[in-house]
Amino acid sequence: MDLRFTPEELAFRDEVRAFFGANLPDNIRTKLVEGRKLAKDDIVTWQRTLNKKGWAVANWPVEWGGTGWTPVQQYIFQEELQLTPAPQPLGFGVTMVGPVIIAFGSDEQKRRHLPAIANLDVWWCQGFSEPGAGSDLASLRTAAKREDGRYIVNGQKTWTTLAQHADWIFCLVRTDPQAKKQEGISFLLIDMKTPGITVRPIVTIEGGHEVNEVFFDDVKVPAENLVGRENKGWDYAKYLLGRERTGIARVGLSKERIRRIKELAAMERAGDKPLIEDERFREKLAAVEVELKALEMTQLRVVAAERHRSENKPDPASSILKIKGSEIQQAITELLLEVVGPYAMPYQPERDDDERWNEPPIGPEWAGPIAPTYFNWRKTTIYGGTNEIQKNIIAKAILGL
Amino acid sequence: MDFDLSEEQRLLKESLERLLGDRYAFEQRKSYGQGHEGWSRDLWAQYAELGLLGLPFPESYSGTGGGPVETMIAMEAFGRALTLEPFFATVVVGGGFLRHGGSAEQCAELVPKIANGSLTLAFAHTERQSRYDLHDVETRAERDGAGWVLDGEKGVVLHGDTADKLIVTARIGGNRRDHDGVAAFVVDGRAAGVSRRGYPTQDGLRAAEVALAKVRVGPEGVLGEPGRALPLIERVVDEGIAALCAEAVGAMAIMHELTVDYLKTRRQFGREIGSFQILQHRAVDMLIALEQARSMAMFAAMMAAEENAVERRNAAAAAKVQIGRSGKFIGQQAIQLHGGIGMTMEYKVGHYFKRVTMIDTMFGDADHHLRELARRGTAPAAT
Repeated sequence: MDLRFTPEELAFRDEVRAFFGANLPDNIRTKLVEGRKLAKDDIVTWQRTLNKKGWAVANWPVEWGGTGWTPVQQYIFQEELQLTPAPQPLGFGVTMVGPVIIAFGSDEQKRRHLPAIANLDVWWCQGFSEPGAGSDLASLRTAAKREDGRYIVNGQKTWTTLAQHADWIFCLVRTDPQAKKQEGISFLLIDMKTPGITVRPIVTIEGGHEVNEVFFDDVKVPAENLVGRENKGWDYAKYLLGRERTGIARVGLSKERIRRIKELAAMERAGDKPLIEDERFREKLAAVEVELKALEMTQLRVVAAERHRSENKPDPASSILKIKGSEIQQAITELLLEVVGPYAMPYQPERDDDERWNEPPIGPEWAGPIAPTYFNWRKTTIYGGTNEIQKNIIAKAILGL
Repeated sequence: MDFDLSEEQRLLKESLERLLGDRYAFEQRKSYGQGHEGWSRDLWAQYAELGLLGLPFPESYSGTGGGPVETMIAMEAFGRALTLEPFFATVVVGGGFLRHGGSAEQCAELVPKIANGSLTLAFAHTERQSRYDLHDVETRAERDGAGWVLDGEKGVVLHGDTADKLIVTARIGGNRRDHDGVAAFVVDGRAAGVSRRGYPTQDGLRAAEVALAKVRVGPEGVLGEPGRALPLIERVVDEGIAALCAEAVGAMAIMHELTVDYLKTRRQFGREIGSFQILQHRAVDMLIALEQARSMAMFAAMMAAEENAVERRNAAAAAKVQIGRSGKFIGQQAIQLHGGIGMTMEYKVGHYFKRVTMIDTMFGDADHHLRELARRGTAPAAT
């Protein structure tokens, strides 16, 4: 039992850190530090830089462009991305549909889609949730009827993140309405340019546009876009969701945000001293740091145990990471809101919406995104399977209740 | 980075768990507690035979050369069995003072006796006014030729009633709350001027109030450099905290297991109460608290030998915060989810609850350590 990284792992960390330092454009890093939104181009540019280095799809098998890194190296890479901070490679492709295609897709699907995912030539979005199928995902109703070598898709997806940028969508669709609800679902890849698809923005409480509704009206999808076998889509979805939870703890991101809290709280004054010297504030911050340290150790335990686990079986302990990780992320946005104080109030979305915006900011330069981020991050305990659903998973899979 | 146990560590865990499985059933524990010392000499001899009493000491002193991880393994097993013997007081804390502050002569004289089970120790440090501040010492030590004379009162000395020798802290200079001027001594429990009032603790262990009236200690009884003992005390206490965290994790794990089993067997309204979602989620919240505590107990163990004192102290403090909070939550919920049966003296779970509650009061509770972390303003170092 040894907590330290090996000299090789430390050298690897230095290599990753040096590459990010030399290659990440300053304006992208600044946006992330300030909590401002990234433009589509920022994400594409950075992922292509990573892909050129061979690091965009680090978690994939080597034959499809993966790195062959150990679980610890994968962890270090993720952590460095978050600490820098740098954008994550686009998850919908790299950690969601990509691994599903690799595990269950046809050779043709692999050849066609995987290189484009790695280089972000094609932007993917996720069509799982529906208005009537949230936590009870398996009750989804979007129907795909097979006719003349193609599927006719009708229905509606919702909460589709960044569908406004997307070229393709991977969908769970009902192909057998008679079967038990988990057994009639298929996993379908759909080109967003296909006639009959309409994307409508959903504006969330902070005023931003991240998520959308996607409508399907007699959308014709070639049968070869089915992944794996018909009516086996639920298995592939569970595989995907299990992988999603492992990365969701985002310990590095929370560490980086705590660094930001300390920086801002040292500038902001409360009475006759900097806020960072206020005892009550320090104790609240220390409490979050203790929780985060414990989460980091829990995450490392899960990572270290990975080499003892069989491929493709997510650890149910990853649900613990999701629950604690999201709670801590939210606690951090609350602390930031406290730091900004009265200048949380001005609502100034223009700076994010228009890159050419050059009016002086109202209040401190850094205050603008803090309250919107607090509002927006309430999503973290809802998405990826609500924390209550995670508890159901743990109760069943770990405790046997 | 690696969380696996070595082959030797696995063997240690298995042999200790086997012994405790055979010899520490709930009723057996009760009978050991009713003995005149409040613990079992017979088990103590068994621990010596397994090499446990020499666990953290080098082989040159008849020890088995283990480190903080071996201590963690043993303490977690003791926590699961809720043992009564003075392993923590003698081997972890008393032994810690010898390992980090003892001269070669002191170690050669005392450590082999600890390892063979013929010597027990207790740490007489806390005073009525000191609460959890390690530097707050009023007991005085005055020069007396080559030796010292000790005067003062120590409280809540765990196993102080039966210990053969006491590790006593006393001030040789400065004021009550100065960081300089503290010394540590090895004092015979039966020395002239030592009076001990033994009593049972809430969690079924034994402790003593110790009065020192003109107690003479020879030069061979001084640990480390007189007047500069605080860093030694802090180091030993940090190791002690790591060990207590492991013990608490063992106790929490049992409370969680008992609770989940109870949810699966207890029937009300015509079904197992574990089928109710609100109780399932509570059991999950307990599991999360347990796993976070286990993570921090491991962290504390792996940082216990850290040479950088600030990082080591922060790690121990952070672990103690997590253990205190998790322990309180798991203990209270274990009682709640058992309902009435959880309130009874004859059922196990309450005894575990009492132990983790008392662990929070040892070497600083969660709020104390949170305040310390906030004051120092530094989180535990990243790996």
